[in-house]
Amino acid sequence: MSFAWAKPYEPKNNFMKWLDERLPVPRLVYGAVGGGYPVPRNLNYFWNFGVLAGLALLIQIITGIVLGMHYYSYAGGAFESVERIMRDVNAGWVLRYVHQNGASFFFAIVYIHIFRGLYYGSYKAPREMVWMLGIVIYLLMMATAFMGYVLPWGQMSYWGAQVITGFFSAIPIVGEPLRVFLLGGYAPDQAALTRFFSLHYLLPFIISAVVILKIWALHIPGSSNPTGVDVKDEKDTLPFHPFYTAKDGFGIGVALILFSIFVFFLPYSLGHPDNYVEANPLVTPAHIVPEWYFWPFYAILRAFTVDFILPAKLWGVLAMFASILLLFFLTWLDRSPVRSTSYRPAYKIFFWVLVLDVMVLGYAGQAHITPFTLALSQVAAAYYFAHFLIILPLVSKFEKPLPLPTSISHSVLHGEKEESAPFGLTRTGPAAAPAAAE
Amino acid sequence: MATVEQPSQPTMPGEPQADAAHGAGVRRRDFINIAAVSFAGVGAAVAVAPLLIQMSPDASVRALSSTEVDVSKIQPGQGIKTVWRKQPVFIRNLTPQDIQAAASVEVGGLRDPQTLADRTKPGKQNWLVTLGVCTHLGCVPLGIGEGENKGEYGGYFCPCHGSHYDTAGRIRKGPAPTNLVVPEYEFASDTVVRIG
Amino acid sequence: MVRIIGFLIGLGFVGVLLISLIVNAVDAIQNPPVHTAEEEFHLEPRSAGFSWQKPWGQFDEAQLQRGFQVYKEVCAACHSLKFVSFYELEGLGYNEAEIKAIANQWAIEVPSVNPDTGENSTRKALLSDRFPSPYANETAARAANNNALPPDLSLIVEARDDGADYIYSLLTGYRNAATYRNEAGEPVPQENRPGTGLHFNPYFANLNIAMPPPIVSNGQVTYADGTNATVDQMAKDVSAFLRWTSEPNLERRHAAGWAVMIFLLVGTVLAYLAYRNIWANAKREVSIRGPLEPAFQQRMQDQKDERGIAG
Repeated sequence: MSFAWAKPYEPKNNFMKWLDERLPVPRLVYGAVGGGYPVPRNLNYFWNFGVLAGLALLIQIITGIVLGMHYYSYAGGAFESVERIMRDVNAGWVLRYVHQNGASFFFAIVYIHIFRGLYYGSYKAPREMVWMLGIVIYLLMMATAFMGYVLPWGQMSYWGAQVITGFFSAIPIVGEPLRVFLLGGYAPDQAALTRFFSLHYLLPFIISAVVILKIWALHIPGSSNPTGVDVKDEKDTLPFHPFYTAKDGFGIGVALILFSIFVFFLPYSLGHPDNYVEANPLVTPAHIVPEWYFWPFYAILRAFTVDFILPAKLWGVLAMFASILLLFFLTWLDRSPVRSTSYRPAYKIFFWVLVLDVMVLGYAGQAHITPFTLALSQVAAAYYFAHFLIILPLVSKFEKPLPLPTSISHSVLHGEKEESAPFGLTRTGPAAAPAAAE
Repeated sequence: MATVEQPSQPTMPGEPQADAAHGAGVRRRDFINIAAVSFAGVGAAVAVAPLLIQMSPDASVRALSSTEVDVSKIQPGQGIKTVWRKQPVFIRNLTPQDIQAAASVEVGGLRDPQTLADRTKPGKQNWLVTLGVCTHLGCVPLGIGEGENKGEYGGYFCPCHGSHYDTAGRIRKGPAPTNLVVPEYEFASDTVVRIG
Repeated sequence: MVRIIGFLIGLGFVGVLLISLIVNAVDAIQNPPVHTAEEEFHLEPRSAGFSWQKPWGQFDEAQLQRGFQVYKEVCAACHSLKFVSFYELEGLGYNEAEIKAIANQWAIEVPSVNPDTGENSTRKALLSDRFPSPYANETAARAANNNALPPDLSLIVEARDDGADYIYSLLTGYRNAATYRNEAGEPVPQENRPGTGLHFNPYFANLNIAMPPPIVSNGQVTYADGTNATVDQMAKDVSAFLRWTSEPNLERRHAAGWAVMIFLLVGTVLAYLAYRNIWANAKREVSIRGPLEPAFQQRMQDQKDERGIAG
């Protein structure tokens, strides 16, 4: 697809040949994740997270379909049906723990994936569409996760639904009618639960469709790489299979170990005790917090406390949506031609401040509101917006980047050891290696 | 980078010593790759297990193992429909004529040869307990209720495809392959039947 | 254009946040937050050192049976266990006949319909039944308990921070508000002392709990296995039992977890070896051979030094 030297698919036997001529799915797979996709040879472990995210989506869809066989989206019985899954259904507890913690697993992977993209400039030309489709997936994930969290119909489910649909009521004039429309009532109840279940079942398949678009878009320019230098010739790349399938296999092993620790030994650590209390529209839990992956946004929402021209509530909701939507415009906000932050000494500092900043926002998002945590969230939220909207454009204008390596396989200038193309993979063969190294 | 040399040229096929070393390396490598892929395969297969066994009857269904029924109010000639494992069960108090009719049949000529005694408890031959599920395709036969069609043999009649059962619940005519199933049951007391 | 609009939006958000920050800071200085008595007197749960709290931990079956006895004789009169079924008691080590007997003798009967009259009635519990609730509904429960609602205990351990430790601390944490002193030696302020129908307990969120002390004296329950029924022991046992009710599959989870971990560790090591194998050629470093090789140059230099040749 992407490079002239990408190996075309050659059917190994007559059946595959027959199939390929009629329905070229083997060819598609071979070109997408097989030997026919040349990938830069210098990818580090951060490039494992795309495949890991796909794995997490798969785990969620499979366990979700199976849980859907036992769950009933009935306000009077949803909580009980989850308990039936936990107690009566054969292996129901493991399926539910996997699905429940799988959401966190998915978000953790996606966050690392996003920050990988930020650090290595994956949002820059020619991969803007890949990045923007990724943000679309992220938004869909957030919607899916939120609606999924409502389904057990515990206290946090209920009050989460109440609070999050409350965002819409911040919109002037149409806000409150819109909220009532979305809930199908004045408070979350049967109508809301049923539609959330329906959409929670639907959205992962839409995510899958966007994932396919994203992979498609990715294969036009090919994968980025840690130097940010474009692939110049064949010795800069390796076929995806077997090289990156092997590396992803190892990455999947490590990720599943970490995931299993949570599923089997800490299944409650990421949840909230109040969600083991059945929903009660008359009693609000003492301390409403969303799941950890929403904490930074919750902190931004709560950071706006002053009615300045607009009501504070509207500021909070606008800022929260803006904090994600601005990611769509990153390509145009960052004008630096250098992709990898490794070669951007000034921006590198700001990048790590951003990482820290998002963690501070996360802390502030789950903390009890005190003057200190409130101030913390305000400073951190201010930096978040300043980083993307003010600092990034300015830094990229004035910064003097370090010299880039001339090619991927020649990136020795920055301490990496020189690597040669493997035998038999270069067109010229090993005999040409001395010349190539020069 | 002035002089860079290839460290180890791929060995020529003609060199026996190097070739042997090369071959051993390939075998060891292949083994590890195959082991890793097989391990992943086994893992995937094991992971499928919970996805499948969740469909089998859950613990609450399995716990519905027994039902107790008070039969003291059933007069001879009457029957009741009760439920065991969410399936209908017919309990019928046979009249002496019913028993007579059932006993007079030549067992050897039946599709599913069983005597009435095979299908009831000793000393309680008038109590016929069967699942109310036609052995053809699972409809509920008529005949247990007052005034329902009892079929040509005075037992049960399945309206779906016309199976006729006699007073011992044996298939006599129609497509059903076997007699109505007698579930495991016992008399907990003279008047209480415990099914399951 | 995008950058200019973005810059303005960014300035807007940052500006409003800084205004909020200043307003809040001024407010915090003018009205410094006061520590409430709840914060001053509330205690974190004490650890009872339960057997299952380690990753390889399992339940102590005898303790669960004792805890069940405490639940049956002390708690069940007010607290339901509505998500737990009788057949689940298998997990406590009872056999089917014993469970049937327990269900049959359970003091509270299961709501049912009289088969003759169709009127509401009750029947003896069966193996497949959930534990029947002591009250028909929330209103009845509140009416019988001075408008306080005894929570269902099926999931109480998961529904509280620190779970079983909290239950244990709460059950043994009743104190006399009049004589109680916190760590700083302060008495409980008058407004935080229990009103009528309330009981002082520093482990409870707002210090005053409606539940009267349920476990009051040693020997309140006579254990079948002869364990000395101290208040502490009973509180521990019933906390363990409630941990079990909230997750009967805990032991299975731990066992399955170890099997999965060992499998994954072996698989990951294999995957790593396969990865290194496949990459052995691709990742091979180019080494420099010949006169410019650093080791070679060093050797030449050494030889020169030896012979006393300068430079």
